[in-house]
Amino acid sequence: MGKYGWSLPVAASSYAGSIDFGISILHVAMLGIFALWGAFFIYLLVKFRAKPGVKAVREDHDETPAHISVPDAFSKLPFVQLLYRNRGELKSLIPDAIILTFEVALIVFYAIPVWSRIKANMPDVKDPVRLEIVGEQFGWNIHYAGPDGKLGPRKAELVHFSNPLGLDRANPDSADDVVMGNEMRLPVDKTALIELLSKDVVHSFFVPEFRIKQDAVPGMKIPMWVTPNKTGKYEMTCAQLCGFAHSLMRGDVYVLTQEEFDAWYQSRLATIPASAQPTNPAEDF
Amino acid sequence: MSQTYNPTEFMGNADTHSGVTNAKLGVWLFLASEVMLFATLFTSYIVLRMAAVSWPWGWDVLNVPLATLNTVILITSSVTIVMAYAKAYDKDKAGFQMWMAATLLLSFAFLVVKGFEYGHEFALGIAPSTSVFYAVYFTMTGLHGLHILGGIAVNAGLLYMSTVDEHWQHPLFLGRVEGAGLYWHFVDIVWIFLFPALYLL
Amino acid sequence: MSHDEHGHHELSFKEKYIFSVDHKVIGLQYLITSFLFLMVGFGLMMLMRWQLAFPGTPIPLIGNMFPAELAPNGVMSGEFYNSLGAMHGTIMVFLGVVPLAVGAYGNYVMPLQIGAPDMAFPRMNMMSYWLYLPGGIMMLSSFIMPGGAAQSGWTSYPPLSIINPGQTVWLLSMVVLITSSLLGAINFLVTTINLRAPGMSLWRMPIFVWAQFVTAVLLLLAFPPLEAASVLQLMDRVFHTSFYMPKDLVVLGKAYAGSGGGQPLLWQHLFWFLAHPEVYVLVLPPMGIVAEIIANNTRKPLHGYKTMVFSMIAIGVMSFMVWAHHMFISGMSASLGNFFLVTTMIISVPSVALMTCLVFSLKGGSIRYNVPMLFALAFIPLFAIGGLTGLPLGMTVTDIFLHDTYYVIAHFHFVVVSGSIIALMGGTYYWFPKWYGRKMNDKLGLIHFWGSVASMVGIFAPMLFMGLAGASRRLYDPTAHLHNLPVQGWNVVSTCAAYSLFLFQLPFIYNFFNSMWNGEKTVENPWQATTLEWACPSPPPHGNFAKTPTVYRGPYEYSVPGRETDFWMQNDPS
Repeated sequence: MGKYGWSLPVAASSYAGSIDFGISILHVAMLGIFALWGAFFIYLLVKFRAKPGVKAVREDHDETPAHISVPDAFSKLPFVQLLYRNRGELKSLIPDAIILTFEVALIVFYAIPVWSRIKANMPDVKDPVRLEIVGEQFGWNIHYAGPDGKLGPRKAELVHFSNPLGLDRANPDSADDVVMGNEMRLPVDKTALIELLSKDVVHSFFVPEFRIKQDAVPGMKIPMWVTPNKTGKYEMTCAQLCGFAHSLMRGDVYVLTQEEFDAWYQSRLATIPASAQPTNPAEDF
Repeated sequence: MSQTYNPTEFMGNADTHSGVTNAKLGVWLFLASEVMLFATLFTSYIVLRMAAVSWPWGWDVLNVPLATLNTVILITSSVTIVMAYAKAYDKDKAGFQMWMAATLLLSFAFLVVKGFEYGHEFALGIAPSTSVFYAVYFTMTGLHGLHILGGIAVNAGLLYMSTVDEHWQHPLFLGRVEGAGLYWHFVDIVWIFLFPALYLL
Repeated sequence: MSHDEHGHHELSFKEKYIFSVDHKVIGLQYLITSFLFLMVGFGLMMLMRWQLAFPGTPIPLIGNMFPAELAPNGVMSGEFYNSLGAMHGTIMVFLGVVPLAVGAYGNYVMPLQIGAPDMAFPRMNMMSYWLYLPGGIMMLSSFIMPGGAAQSGWTSYPPLSIINPGQTVWLLSMVVLITSSLLGAINFLVTTINLRAPGMSLWRMPIFVWAQFVTAVLLLLAFPPLEAASVLQLMDRVFHTSFYMPKDLVVLGKAYAGSGGGQPLLWQHLFWFLAHPEVYVLVLPPMGIVAEIIANNTRKPLHGYKTMVFSMIAIGVMSFMVWAHHMFISGMSASLGNFFLVTTMIISVPSVALMTCLVFSLKGGSIRYNVPMLFALAFIPLFAIGGLTGLPLGMTVTDIFLHDTYYVIAHFHFVVVSGSIIALMGGTYYWFPKWYGRKMNDKLGLIHFWGSVASMVGIFAPMLFMGLAGASRRLYDPTAHLHNLPVQGWNVVSTCAAYSLFLFQLPFIYNFFNSMWNGEKTVENPWQATTLEWACPSPPPHGNFAKTPTVYRGPYEYSVPGRETDFWMQNDPS
């Protein structure tokens, strides 16, 4: 409990590095801007403190014309003359210009392409791991499509605490589907294509180490993807207030080698009851 | 407490005053905020309808003839309120009262017709919760109806004030009538957008 | 323009102090009321901070005073924590800072600064206050509603806000408060446009007046969409419509009965369409105050007055075009993200320009370090931290990680608390002599200043580290997330700093009330300032100026060469 960490969590996905690059370069810029301005600020405060017998010195462009109405300034003077008359004032914008150039460069060369790669497009890979993640108050249901790559259909009438997603086991697409609650396992170095849904309120799927975060909105099916590149145990949490137990809505994420993942998956398939008939929800309450 | 300055005179020259009276400027600014209010509702309507799997045609489920009648009523009431203003401008008290009363009558008629429409829908078991279409319909016409009620209150207030000499003679009275007229025209314009948007599309 | 036309009947106590139409009385009513609401919001935060630092432990001293549903055995419940959070945000923004910045300072000072005898609509001004107070009480009453207070964040996202308790009262209160605000905005705009004294052209208005003007435009145009959105949410809650509720919702095992067809994102867009301009409402008047105090205490005109005015106007316009930078992760289309990324970058330009002008104003000055000036100066670096931390949040890619973490909380608290509130405190020390004819005590002011600044940094700087570690916001139990454990120590630091901040307000509260009666008496213009509020008695009488002033020059004619004194008042005919 007495920990005072101050760094980003370990980076465990293929795009985590890109996101971390942005965070780092921005913070370097922010610290640099703050240090430079701060030094200048302190210098001014010391140099220009009130001293007996010393008067303040007005800037020469302070002779604000006594009576300029806004329409006059724009109808009588050409724009260039206007800029020239106010060149002293416009000096105020030089720091802006420098920061703006940096920002524009960052946006054009970094933010737009990386955003497009992470959020706008799903990567086109052969043989991805397909999942559907359905958030609800207060847990994450992880539904694997399995080797056939097809997610089994879900029916509201079949929803039951033993079958929280109402998966229709009678359908052949569901035969190789595994559903987990608050636990996700993924093979390392393989792209997982995920559809994010919610049953009730807005949640947000967040794995800090993957640098993945996406709101799960009821009524919407939102695609996201991740390619974990480091084995280990991580954490998935809900990052959007979803009710009184929002802070408890978390689960474990394990990134395994392909062999470990396959072995685990087979073992889960074996636990699915042979009979595909779901119990009648109405009877069990 | 009466105001501490005389607002019927300009306080300064063009550099320090807009040339428009306080009340008129105030009403226009208020209307700007009202435009934002109704624009939000119209935008929500567009968003919800575009995303909807299905949406009924307005003319199939709503009473277009009654709403057309209401449109005529409301437009006429905008004319009568202009007449009321003209009479007030001419200091014709009886004329003002007659035309303002006519405006009020038409406003009540609008609400009565609206009442018929709603009543018919409720009798069929239709409520705002029935579908998003009806949610939009009841909310937008309902909020518009509340604005009509507000206008009725203001107009009735002015009609009453015209019977009291201190108010009728007040230099600000004409400006108040004009302001009320501006607001009433706005309520009318909102209906002119609402009617086709809900009933004819 | 004197009050000759006004009958000289004696006003009753009710007319003079309760339902007064004098902008100065109304300004002070707003001042005291908003201070009280700020203390309430502060108290809620202090409760939350206990739970954050020591989750699951009983609240000390007062824990057992809470009803069992809220805090069984003195340990706060999840629902109670969430309501504290939602109400803290709501109260601070809508009942605290904005009424203080606009309703108190704006109301009192702005008409004086333009040489007006009062607001354009004094009775409507009174109505604004008398909607604000009941609206605020109604908002607080949500704590005693069955089910508890609103607990869906001040952002009230549906579907949660539709199914959670307390929200209906929240929505109804918002409608009342928005009405109050709209009436005020109209009043401010008409007053500024029409009631300026002769010679007070737009380019001679003090920056504070410009700031209030742009703020009033934002309030006028941005609040109605929230009002409409709130009506829709009320319809969803009370009449079970489905504006925001999609089909097939299953809540805690039961199907939600509703027609479906609605969209949660619709609320988010409408809410943020207001809430983004709202943050500039929080910031612009305080920035105006800082500019006034700096000009006065550097004894020279502001650097870049015109740049500052145009920047404020630009911020006002752009503020309507950036709202969805709060929604990058919301599920809206990615290309919208790019659009709002660009507009957000554009809005940073005038913001930086404003700060640059404030810093450059110091150059060449003869800086006096009195208590108001200390607050005004502290604003600059602290607001800058807030502004700079907005950069990684406003950038789509980095926001993926930082969204809804403590980094966001640090960002906006740096701007609003160590920015706006610091500036407003400075304004109190600065204008107190005008309101009460006496000065506040300087020693207590220094204690208040240094203690507050240190405490504020102590509360919010650690949150930057927590955010970088991925610690999510709005967590009842922050230790429930394993990745938060490495930074849990910072929660304790923040909590200690929060309690310290409370302690350092005590000298301020004592100073304020004590000085009202026992403060050192002052003259009309104790700061040797140039703007018109200092050209009338302290406090100004009804009608403000015995004779309407005529304005001859700009607002910051300090240290004009060849003149005997280093300040030349705007209405000085010599």
